[in-house]
Amino acid sequence: MSTVFIALQTNEDTRPIIEAIEIDNPHAVVHRQPAMVKIDAEGMLVIRKSTIEEQVGRDFDLQELHINLISLTGHVSEDDDTLTLSWNS
Amino acid sequence: MQIDLRTVAIEPQRQAFDHLVRRFGNKPASRYQEGSYDIQAAENLHYKPTWDPDHQLYDASLSRIVMADWYALKDPRQFYYSTYTLTRARQQETTEANFSFVESRGLGDMLSDELRAVALNVLVPLRHAAWGANQHNAFVCGYGFGTTFTQPCMYHAMDNLGIAQYLSRLGLLLGDTDALDAGKAAWLNAAAWQPLRRYVEDCLVCRDPFELFVAQNVALDGLLYPLVYERIVDNHLSVRGASSVAMLTQFMSDWFDETRKWVDAVLKVAAAESDANRDLLTEWTRSWSTRAASAMVPIVELALGADADEAVGEQLAAFQARIQKTGIVL
Repeated sequence: MSTVFIALQTNEDTRPIIEAIEIDNPHAVVHRQPAMVKIDAEGMLVIRKSTIEEQVGRDFDLQELHINLISLTGHVSEDDDTLTLSWNS
Repeated sequence: MQIDLRTVAIEPQRQAFDHLVRRFGNKPASRYQEGSYDIQAAENLHYKPTWDPDHQLYDASLSRIVMADWYALKDPRQFYYSTYTLTRARQQETTEANFSFVESRGLGDMLSDELRAVALNVLVPLRHAAWGANQHNAFVCGYGFGTTFTQPCMYHAMDNLGIAQYLSRLGLLLGDTDALDAGKAAWLNAAAWQPLRRYVEDCLVCRDPFELFVAQNVALDGLLYPLVYERIVDNHLSVRGASSVAMLTQFMSDWFDETRKWVDAVLKVAAAESDANRDLLTEWTRSWSTRAASAMVPIVELALGADADEAVGEQLAAFQARIQKTGIVL
């Protein structure tokens, strides 16, 4: 198994996104670095629109994610409701 | 000489305020949490109110609803001052644009006299009901307990004031100042408006903040907004060519969809707290919604005529289905 990661800027916009990722991916490891949060996950990492919406309390467009996105690895599989990173698709 | 640059991660001494760490664990808190939790004045209240010496100035026992933790009644929209004002400022811009669109293209003048009369007769007197809703929510904010519950009530009060202003502007646009005078006269004297006026005025003397929340935000709004803004404005009037009216009331439709989520969340948590709470909420919701439905019939009649009974009946059924999802069976 290989690791995928996503790195986001640390700010008030990404805080609920990171919480949502932690909820949806119990196996993910969150590294809080200066001004950046890097989330590593074995095999697969999934980001769900619905979980983020529960955290922010409003409608969320997954494209908003890209405003604060620094970097990511893995094959990206994206639709309106989820963004999935994995190596074995 | 060689200089190596490296980043040093400095762990902050504290991730959040102590009271937030106790609630949510040792991690950075959101602005909503900082601006809402554990800031209700609860102790060292020096002076008992002269008008009610049996209670403290802020007293959870003013309501018959009992909560172990009033902060459990949180707002799913997570509104605090900044997010609330930013959201409403955006909506205000949209509404301004809608008003100027209707005004600049003379869409108001294109309305047939019949449809204009229906729009004015139904909508303008509602500004007085919206002012009542403002007073009621300000009361819930003042006498309710727990900032997560009372804070959105104050926002709700300001929203209702805004709605009253939009309705006044709609009246001025479609019927000049005469429309406002006629609306006030209808609110005070016309037989169709007296049941609703009595409802609003009875709410003014309701002293239990949570019962008032149910009477205004759950029962009355839950029937009035879908009936007036969906059925009458969006369906009845728009189909007949008065879609410009729907442009002017767009905020009210959007606002009801948004605030309903908060109202439902509050009901759900309060009802799940205990059977006593659930029974009380069931009783309140049942009696106030029955009253609100019968008060709405003559108002809906102004637009839909003989179909009013059926429309209110359908809406009441839809309302009960909505409330059932919060765990309250009517």
